[in-house]
Amino acid sequence: MQKTLTSDQTTNNQNAVKMEKLDPERRIRNFNEVALGYTEEQALLEAQRCLTCSKPRCVEGCPVGLEIPTFIKLVKDKEYDAAIRKVKEKNSLPAICGRVCPQEEQCQKYCIRGRKGDPVSIGRLERFIADLEREKGVITPKMPKRTGKRVAVIGAGPAGLTAAADLAKLGHSVTVFEALHVAGGVLVYGIPEFRLPKLIVQAEVDYIKKLGVEFHNDALIGRLFTIEELFNKGYEAVFIGSGAGLPTFLGIPGENLGGIYSANEFLIRINLMKSYKFPEYDTPIKVSKQVAVIGGGNVAMDSARCALRLGAEHVCIIYRRSREEIPARAEELMNAEEEGVTCKFLASPTRFIGDEQGRVKEIELVAMELGRPDESGRRRPVPVKGSETIMDVDTVIVAVGRTPNPIIQSVTKGLRTTPRGTIVANEDTCETSLEGVFTGGDIMTGEATVISAMGTGKKAAKAIHQYLLSKDKDGLNSQVFPQQLANLKVINKK
Amino acid sequence: MKYNRAQNDPLYENPTAYKVLERQELTTQIKQVKIHAPEIAEKAKAGQFVILRVDDEGERIPLTLVSWENQKGTITLIFQEVGVSTKKLGCLQVQDEIRNIAGPLGKPSDVKNYGLAAVVCGGVGTAAAYPIAKALKEAGNTVISILGARNEGLLILQDEMKQVSDEFYITTDDGSKGRKGFVSDVLKSLIDNKYQFDVVYAIGPPLMMRTTSEVTRPYGIKTIVSLNPIMVDGMGMCGACRVSVGGLTKFACLDGPEFDAHSTNFEELIKRLRVYPPEEKLALDFHEKAPGGICKCRRH
Repeated sequence: MQKTLTSDQTTNNQNAVKMEKLDPERRIRNFNEVALGYTEEQALLEAQRCLTCSKPRCVEGCPVGLEIPTFIKLVKDKEYDAAIRKVKEKNSLPAICGRVCPQEEQCQKYCIRGRKGDPVSIGRLERFIADLEREKGVITPKMPKRTGKRVAVIGAGPAGLTAAADLAKLGHSVTVFEALHVAGGVLVYGIPEFRLPKLIVQAEVDYIKKLGVEFHNDALIGRLFTIEELFNKGYEAVFIGSGAGLPTFLGIPGENLGGIYSANEFLIRINLMKSYKFPEYDTPIKVSKQVAVIGGGNVAMDSARCALRLGAEHVCIIYRRSREEIPARAEELMNAEEEGVTCKFLASPTRFIGDEQGRVKEIELVAMELGRPDESGRRRPVPVKGSETIMDVDTVIVAVGRTPNPIIQSVTKGLRTTPRGTIVANEDTCETSLEGVFTGGDIMTGEATVISAMGTGKKAAKAIHQYLLSKDKDGLNSQVFPQQLANLKVINKK
Repeated sequence: MKYNRAQNDPLYENPTAYKVLERQELTTQIKQVKIHAPEIAEKAKAGQFVILRVDDEGERIPLTLVSWENQKGTITLIFQEVGVSTKKLGCLQVQDEIRNIAGPLGKPSDVKNYGLAAVVCGGVGTAAAYPIAKALKEAGNTVISILGARNEGLLILQDEMKQVSDEFYITTDDGSKGRKGFVSDVLKSLIDNKYQFDVVYAIGPPLMMRTTSEVTRPYGIKTIVSLNPIMVDGMGMCGACRVSVGGLTKFACLDGPEFDAHSTNFEELIKRLRVYPPEEKLALDFHEKAPGGICKCRRH
């Protein structure tokens, strides 16, 4: 791929070096990755923009406390191996975070450069060195002495993978129990290939395996084993990272008509089951001509862009507030619109209308106007009486959020939960109401981002380590740990 | 300690190598396989199911657990070859491995001593009804079984069902065995002439379950159906298996698969099952025309 630098990128220090993307016309009929990443030349130019602040505020914005100026300095010096080692001290999934973290709301939001011009593209630089390392072959860090302690991690999503990696680096024997047939959680079933290639997720999981972590897939905890049984099997601590897997529906008439998917089902079929390669892969997906996506988050954007790639003629996102309130990342909305996705703001479905075969054919929409701010601080959308209109559709994707998976909570006595269904936990230590049981990710916080799940996984790993230490001081070599523990330092946000 | 078995028992060596140990053709289309799955065998209960994936390209398909032997570490599944996935599964021979099996999934049957229980089943649904009939019998119920199929050649598990039943009836649509007609006809005549049932289990094609449900409704007999909607993950994530029960949307994989028959919206279930036939046909054509056909074992 030919990449040339435009003059503004080389001369003007206020603008970030742009990252090349596939042209919309070339990308909307396949699932290839859209953002192409920096070349070495581009990465060096962008790294030069970092001021290497002595009191770096970007670090405070990172849920896992990545030492950002230090790794960028190493990039400037072309010390790429050292740079990725620095990153991996805090973040075991850099190629993933470099792609899907909302950096504009985290590290880059605090970058001094951002006060006048663009902030340093921290995510792109992270991606650059992670991709470089993967191409060269990943080196496994030297492992500390084994402690002989066994920890069970439930769920191989961002929270579980992070907790597992950190615990393994501290010398513990970790088994990850994953309910699906492949590790990765939302990284494999939710985020599409064109935003996060599954080979990259696989490579990061392989790295965690190299740290000595074992994976038991096909194991739905709560049904195959209970938490109590895990302790009986010899695990001394348990981390629950079972995620926000349950799709929310709108609860309006006609929602169970054929052709109406939850975003979860739509994305699971496409990403996890690879139905975009049907019939080579056996799982089918139905996408016709007129697709409506209900909701305005990143999951809605992913669903809309998938629908286009499956050959839809027209994809419309329906969001009940206005463009200003849309929760999706600006970049994702831009990508979707570039590709031809249209948006209908201030509209909300009131019912779905089906044909004789029970397939959806129309949506009734009501116009909304923004009233007073609600508890979230955003202006509450209020239906405009008598403004109902009908829209022709043949596929509908409902992307209005996900709630915690209830299985573990329903069979674990003494595990306290909130009315929202999340597991009650200490915010600093991720301890639950049960001794030796910790939690993190969406099952603790409710639906959030990949990196915040990783942040809680990291906190929990540190707390589990301390728990195991305090439980059996004699069994551990305390000399090894202060150093290791320092690397797991958690920045407390909020 | 119970769970130390995992380290010592040769059975537990690689508990996720789901090897086919026995294979039997019950009819030309219905097959039975016994599979090495010790962890699942230890936890399985009547009414639960597994989701399996035959190979790396495979769909996740739900199949009811028919029987399980904890001591031997095996589970038994029965399936009818309909689409690509079940045909692929049917191709597997003894010693072949199934790529993934997740389970046990779903809520177990609420088995207790009701008193007099009828188990009404049709076609391959008999496979799902058998463990429930067995558990009802073991719980002390008097079990009356009514087993049906289109014709004699499609009847399965006759001996097994007979063994766990106090009374046993067979119907075929064409009269080739037992009484000519439907299982629901026999149930109705038993209700009218002979028995006051405390519970009726109906498991089979959706139309048969709906008809049976309508037979018991006027009498107010507690009737339970085991639903078979389309599923993908089988653990509450996708919502493909949503069914309307009592006006509420339920997930068959999480809240079921068993529901109160009289509250179940069968119309909706039937319509939702009709979404993918064109794709299923397309997939079959694709694989049958491919070199080697559906079977990818490279031996045939």
